[in-house]
Amino acid sequence: MAPLAAQSRANRMKRIEEMSLWERLYFPEVIRGLTVTGYRFWRNLIVHTLHKLGLARKVQAAITVQYPDERAPYPDTFRGRHRLTLKDDGLVQCTACFLCATACPAECIYIEAGEYPDNPVEKYPIRYEIDTLRCIYCGFCVEACPCDAIRMDTGTHPGNLGFSRKDFVENKEVLMQRSRELAEKGKEGLYEEYVKPYRHV
Amino acid sequence: MNETAPVQSQGFYAEEMTISVGPQHPSTHGVLRFVVKTDGEVINEAIPDVGYLHRSIEKIGEKVTWHGYVPYTDRADYLAAMFANQVFCMAAEKLAGTEVTRRGEFCRVIACELNRIASHLISVGTFGQDIGAMTPFVHALRERETINNLMEEICGARLTYNYIRIGGVGYDILPETCTRITEFLDHFEPIVDEFNRLLSNNKIFIERLAGVAVISKEDAFSYNLVGPNLRGCGIKWDIRRDIPYSVYPELEFEVPVGTGQVGTLGDSYDRYWVRIRELQESCKILRQCLKMFPKGPAIAKVPRKFKPPVGECYARVEAPRGDMGFYVVSDGSEYPYRVRIRTGSFTAMSIIDKLSKGIMVADLIALIGSLDVDAPEIDR
Ligand code: SF4
Ligand code: SF4
Repeated sequence: MAPLAAQSRANRMKRIEEMSLWERLYFPEVIRGLTVTGYRFWRNLIVHTLHKLGLARKVQAAITVQYPDERAPYPDTFRGRHRLTLKDDGLVQCTACFLCATACPAECIYIEAGEYPDNPVEKYPIRYEIDTLRCIYCGFCVEACPCDAIRMDTGTHPGNLGFSRKDFVENKEVLMQRSRELAEKGKEGLYEEYVKPYRHV
Repeated sequence: MNETAPVQSQGFYAEEMTISVGPQHPSTHGVLRFVVKTDGEVINEAIPDVGYLHRSIEKIGEKVTWHGYVPYTDRADYLAAMFANQVFCMAAEKLAGTEVTRRGEFCRVIACELNRIASHLISVGTFGQDIGAMTPFVHALRERETINNLMEEICGARLTYNYIRIGGVGYDILPETCTRITEFLDHFEPIVDEFNRLLSNNKIFIERLAGVAVISKEDAFSYNLVGPNLRGCGIKWDIRRDIPYSVYPELEFEVPVGTGQVGTLGDSYDRYWVRIRELQESCKILRQCLKMFPKGPAIAKVPRKFKPPVGECYARVEAPRGDMGFYVVSDGSEYPYRVRIRTGSFTAMSIIDKLSKGIMVADLIALIGSLDVDAPEIDR
C-alpha cells in the first residue's frame, strides 16, 4: 500500500481564488496586514487606558469583556442560583409538598416538613437544603413547584468559594436571605455582592 | 512495552517507537489518547484509546425518570447538546405517541440549527488551530459567543441547554429573540465569506489538507461513517433529508457533499469544506423557520408522571457529528428500562486506525481534526 503522504504529493494543488497583481506584489499586502493589527493594538491600548482613567466608558475596547471588572449582562431567562420566595408576612412560601424534590433529576433537594401550630391546612419546610455540588441547574424544580416558591432568577451563577462540602449546601436561611436581598438591592446589587470576593482574590 | 524490532523503510533501519499522543494533547479536544507506533516521522499504527470520559450516561438513564433524563442527555455531546435533547425526546414521544405542537417543532429546529452553527464553528476553528492557524479559531469563537448569548436568552444556559422536553420545548422563543437571531444571521453570513478568505482559501491550509487521509466511499460505508465525514466522501446522505423528521420536509436546504475540489475526493479538506457549507445551509434553514414561525403553544400537555407503554423504539437525528440515535426500552414504569446512545464520533474513531497507516505524525492531527471527533460523545 502506497503511503498516503506520497499520494498527497502527487495531487496538484489548485487555488480557488486567483491572486491579483496587487496581491502578488506581496509587500503592500504585508503592510496592509500590519496596519490592521497595529490599528487594533493601539486602539485597544488607548481605550483600555481611558477606561482605567474612568473615561470613554461608552466605547467598547476589545470584543472581550474585562471580567470581573465588567461583565456581560445575563438575560432574564438565565438559570442562576436558587432562592425561596417569601410570602407578604416574610414567611417562606414553600408548602413542603416535595414536588421539586421528586422532579429533581440530581436528587439534591432535601426537605423536612413541619406544621404551623396555628394553621392546620398548610405545612412548611423545617429544613430545605439544596446541595449545589450535585445540582445541575436544570430548572426542573422551578417548573415543578405549584406555588412559585422556588425560583432561579437571581442572576448569579453558582459560587465556587469554599473549602469543605458543607460550604456548598444552601439551606433554607440562605435561600430565603437571597430573596430578601433581591427585593432590597435588586439584581445588580445582588450580583455586586456576589462578585466582590472574587475581585480581591 | 518497548518494541525494539528494527523496521525497514526506504533502506534505513530505524527502531519502531511507541509514543502516546494525549490524553492531554491539545488536538484531541477533550480527553483522548492515541498509542502511536512510528517509524521516524511515518506512523505505522495509531490505536485510539477511548474511555477517559466515560460518565455512564446510559446507565444513569435507567435510574432517573423519563423527564429527568433530558438534562443528562446534554452531557452526551456538550458541543451539540440540543440534538441529544431532541433525539431522546423524539424517542420517548414515539413510544408514548405524544404529538409535538407545531410551534414546538419550529422552536426545536431553530435551536438545533443555531447549535449546529455553534458546533461547526468550534470544529472548523479548532481544526485551523490544530493545523497551526491561530487567528481563525478566535474569529470562530467570537461568533460562537454570540450564539451562546442567544441560547442563553432562549433557554437560560450557555452549554447544557436542557431546552427540549418531551412534547415540545421548555420555553417559547420570544419575538425579541427572533429579531436578534435575524440580526445575528445578517451579521454572520458575510462572516462565513471572511472565514473563507482567512482560512479556507489559504494556500498553506489547502496544501496541508488536500489529499491527506483520503477515505474512499467503500471505507466510509464499511466503517459506518456518518454526517459530514460521510458527505465529505461524496455520498449524499443526510437524515434530515432522507429519513425526514420534525419540520425538515417543509424546509428547503441543500445537502453539501465533498467534490475533491483541491485534492482527492474524501480528503481532509473535503470534510472541512462540507462543514463550512453546512454553516450556510443552517443559516438558510433558520431564515425560513423564522419566516414560517407559527403561533400556538410551545409544549403539548404531557403528564408529569410520564409512563410510556411497554415497548422499544429508535429515533435518529442529524447531529453536527452525524447520525445520532437513541434506542430506548420502556417497561411501562416511570424509569426507562434501557437507554442506548449511538453517536457519530465513535464510528469515526474506528477508522483512524486504518487511515493512520503510512501517514506523517503531523497529518494525524489533521486527520483527527477533520473527522471532528468529540471525546465526550465517544465515551458517553
Ligand atoms: S436545578 Fe435541577 S438539579 Fe438543581 S435543584 Fe433544581 S431540579 Fe434539582
Ligand atoms: S419549593 Fe415548591 S415544589 Fe418544592 S416543596 Fe416547596 S412548594 Fe413544593
